[in-house]
Amino acid sequence: MATGTSTAASRSVAEHLAPSGSQRLFVTGGIALIVAGMIFGDIFAVFVLHQNGNRIGGRLIAAVHAVAARDTQAVTTAFHDVGGLLENRGTKVDAHVHMIDFGYLALLMALVQPYVSLAEERKRLLASLFLWGAVMLPVGVFSIHYVGLQYSPFSAIGWASVIADLGGSLVLVAMVLETAGLLRWFGGDRAAEGMPVISTSSWCAKTLMTGGTLLVLAGFLHGAHYAITELYQAERADRQTLGRMVDAAAANQIAVAEAAVVRYGGLQAAKAIQIAAHSHVIEFGMLAMLLAFIQPYVKLSETWRRRWVISLLAGSVILPVCVLQELRFGLVAGGVADVGGALVIVALIGMLVGVIRHGGRLDAGVQA
Amino acid sequence: MSASRKLLLFGGLALAIVGMVYGLVYAVLVEHQTLDGLGGSLTTAFVRSAERDLPAAQSSLETYARNAYVYVRQVDTHSHWIGLAMILMVLGIAFDNVGLGEGWKLGLALLMLGGALVFPMGVLMQTWMSGALPKVLASAGAAAVTLGMAGTAWGFSRAQ
Repeated sequence: MATGTSTAASRSVAEHLAPSGSQRLFVTGGIALIVAGMIFGDIFAVFVLHQNGNRIGGRLIAAVHAVAARDTQAVTTAFHDVGGLLENRGTKVDAHVHMIDFGYLALLMALVQPYVSLAEERKRLLASLFLWGAVMLPVGVFSIHYVGLQYSPFSAIGWASVIADLGGSLVLVAMVLETAGLLRWFGGDRAAEGMPVISTSSWCAKTLMTGGTLLVLAGFLHGAHYAITELYQAERADRQTLGRMVDAAAANQIAVAEAAVVRYGGLQAAKAIQIAAHSHVIEFGMLAMLLAFIQPYVKLSETWRRRWVISLLAGSVILPVCVLQELRFGLVAGGVADVGGALVIVALIGMLVGVIRHGGRLDAGVQA
Repeated sequence: MSASRKLLLFGGLALAIVGMVYGLVYAVLVEHQTLDGLGGSLTTAFVRSAERDLPAAQSSLETYARNAYVYVRQVDTHSHWIGLAMILMVLGIAFDNVGLGEGWKLGLALLMLGGALVFPMGVLMQTWMSGALPKVLASAGAAAVTLGMAGTAWGFSRAQ
């Protein structure tokens, strides 16, 4: 009986990871998107984030000096620069977040493919559509800062935004059609009988599932604590500090105005740190849970699979915890957080290699 | 497939689509204009201050703070709807491994789906409605999702 079940499971996995099949496209594309998004995030954190923050602080100092000197043109120039720097940071954060979230969604879609009652050719087309959109949106968003409104027929939206929105639309269309396919399956139109094999019984899957659930729960509690105790105070402090900055600059009290700029920077950093810790711990938790389901597709020895699981969970704890310590310990905590991020990336690449090996073995079997 | 699993999978999918449609409409019709307004009001505040028109400067800062308050919540709504939807779908796929009776599992699924819908809705309502109701809705939604998640984690730990 056990052998029969195991054979059925292997057959099901083989069938669902068929060469160029929709499920394989979603699994490999999803992990690749997550890895790319994380590497991009690490590069952004190390080479852009802090430098960008310092430049914004510098332009705000220039603005308060211009206010004191009654130079309205210089004020406008300084804020034009701040706008550019904020756009630079915002679009990179958006590209990072969307690439990773589309990766998660791709893994989810991979898991529900057996329930989608559509011809395999159409499912492949939808998977391709989804992945194209999932690449177009972050690439478009990343390009917004560099392309601007050049050659755009619109007053506020540039070509990069159009590409990004088109990418988002492709993902949306793919999702709607996948949902229609799912509804057909549940309506009784089932091309393939039987339930998909999703095993969470192995040590790796169980550890990822439990660890992931606990990480998500920790993220929820942290978010609730932040919203209750800090969010509204932080918004009030923002408003008060900007008011002090403006008043002090107008009164020619440069030292007070500059101190307000420094305080404003500190408030923004504290807010960014809380939000980064909250979102990363939840996203890593969700990633761990998703990876629990694809463990049957990771063709590696049990030792290596366990190593990648431990590495992923360790990194998932280290990164948000160290991000939270950045205000107290500065770049040391930031550096350790980056090591945590690297552990997650390496573990993901390890698992991706396992999935590709699995696919390769299936292909060899198919050809034989 | 159990009713609780169906509820999480389809509820999650529907919520993800709602979040995406909202995000797309927001990005096309609202976000660029909102960001322009944010930058414009802050610049105006400093320009008025340079002109020594401090009441006008403070008024522009009020506009900026109000716009920032709205912007943060609009973006939070988008990201929380989609994020929570994905968690619901992931849990839906694994929900048969929760070691509880179907009645309890259906209750947990309803709690999480309801919370995932209401929490971001409460956050969004704060942008057009003052008073306690939106905050109460957001808090109740967040508490429902957290309780449901804790119950699910407990159920996973009871699984054979």
